[in-house]
Amino acid sequence: MARKVYVDVILQQDKSGNTVPLSIRWEDGSVFEVDRVLYKCRAASLKVGGCGMRYTVRIMGKETYLFEDDGRWFVEAK
Amino acid sequence: MLNPSLKGKPVAVGGSAESRHGIILAKSQEAKRCGVKTGEALWEARQKCRDLIIIEPHFDEYMKYSEFAHEIYRRYTDLIEPFGLDECWLDVSASSAAFGDGERIAQEIRETVKFELGLTVSIGVSFNKIFAKLGSDIKKPDAVTCIGKEGFKEQIWTLPASDLLGVGRATTRKLENYGIFTIGQLAKTDLSFLRRVFGKCGEQLWVYANGLDASRVKPDGYSRIVKSVGHGITCVADLVNPDEVWKVFLQLSQDVSRRLKEQSLSAKGVQISVKDNQLISRQFQMILPLATQSAIELAKAAIELFNSNYKWNFDVRAVTVRAINLQEADSPSQLDLFNDWSKHDKQEKIDNAVMDIRRRFGKQAIFNCCLMQEKKIPHHKPEISVMPAPMFK
Repeated sequence: MARKVYVDVILQQDKSGNTVPLSIRWEDGSVFEVDRVLYKCRAASLKVGGCGMRYTVRIMGKETYLFEDDGRWFVEAK
Repeated sequence: MLNPSLKGKPVAVGGSAESRHGIILAKSQEAKRCGVKTGEALWEARQKCRDLIIIEPHFDEYMKYSEFAHEIYRRYTDLIEPFGLDECWLDVSASSAAFGDGERIAQEIRETVKFELGLTVSIGVSFNKIFAKLGSDIKKPDAVTCIGKEGFKEQIWTLPASDLLGVGRATTRKLENYGIFTIGQLAKTDLSFLRRVFGKCGEQLWVYANGLDASRVKPDGYSRIVKSVGHGITCVADLVNPDEVWKVFLQLSQDVSRRLKEQSLSAKGVQISVKDNQLISRQFQMILPLATQSAIELAKAAIELFNSNYKWNFDVRAVTVRAINLQEADSPSQLDLFNDWSKHDKQEKIDNAVMDIRRRFGKQAIFNCCLMQEKKIPHHKPEISVMPAPMFK
């Protein structure tokens, strides 16, 4: 069952206020670079609950979701 | 939604039994199927459904998601009238050129809310507010029900009269005494008879049942004219003497006073509601000699009302203080020659100073000494911004 894991995120914010996640730090401290942000929309997480701005990102060649809810970031971990 | 592992299980939101709010506040469809009802005691619900999972209310989350849903509605119209925190009327008549007809918009809203918030909603689409509300209750959850101008009689006249907005338990009983069981029977009843039995409400119910309600949907952000400002609580333990009641009144009056000041209103009257431990409620009210915003003056009037009217046959469970006969705070007042009004002015100045200190340093920065003692008041009581209220006409 998937679980909700809050992660630290390094962000880049441009002068228009657009936010792009650059990398995330996992619970064990390992850092993963975000290769590319593919899509961004408001959505609910059906796997772990909650909702927010959902970033569809590619990390190490795999697509995954990164959610931002009230300034906190979480992922759907396995 | 916040905890997907509860999906498909009988779940209910229950108030805290310790604070004596131990009732079912909301329930899932699975719990409903077991016979769990909103408003019943937690132990009753557990008897009906042994596997019932009771979770604490998360009022802040409720407010947050309610606001998110409103954001979605605003994409379609600015005519949004809330009915409680989780229900709204939307008038999309003017939006159909851009978004399609009512049913299409309703389907889109349903899908968007599900996708963006993970919530299911049931929507009623109709030509008036009453049937739209009725439609939203027909199919649940995650459904859209349309009630059109043509054919509404076949669709809803067979439904029980109690399904109609404005027909509560007492009205249902009364209607049944006259052999009126369905909305159709209500619609066909002679109007003058309904007027005679139910007064103005009877006429309104007849209008509702016949699909003739023409009330408008108020614009987003519209605020009703405030007729009273009140605050009430159920105490954590019964109040057993007037001293304890005074402390609760004083605490409640401070909140009422703050809200009066925020809205630049003052009260010409005070009303109290007292519920004893047998759950019998009584209401008393009085006119004040001079309009006031002062917490201490409101509290003094409240305790005076209480002392002169309450018989102490039973201890007190819940009280409410309400400022009534409101007027603009700067309205002129008629003084008389026999009272020392300078005291009133002095009290207002003290109150303003206290409020200013609280605004700057927090609610606990300054308060009456007697409130430092045990006062049987629940620690946290969120303020509800929009409660179901009479419809906008």
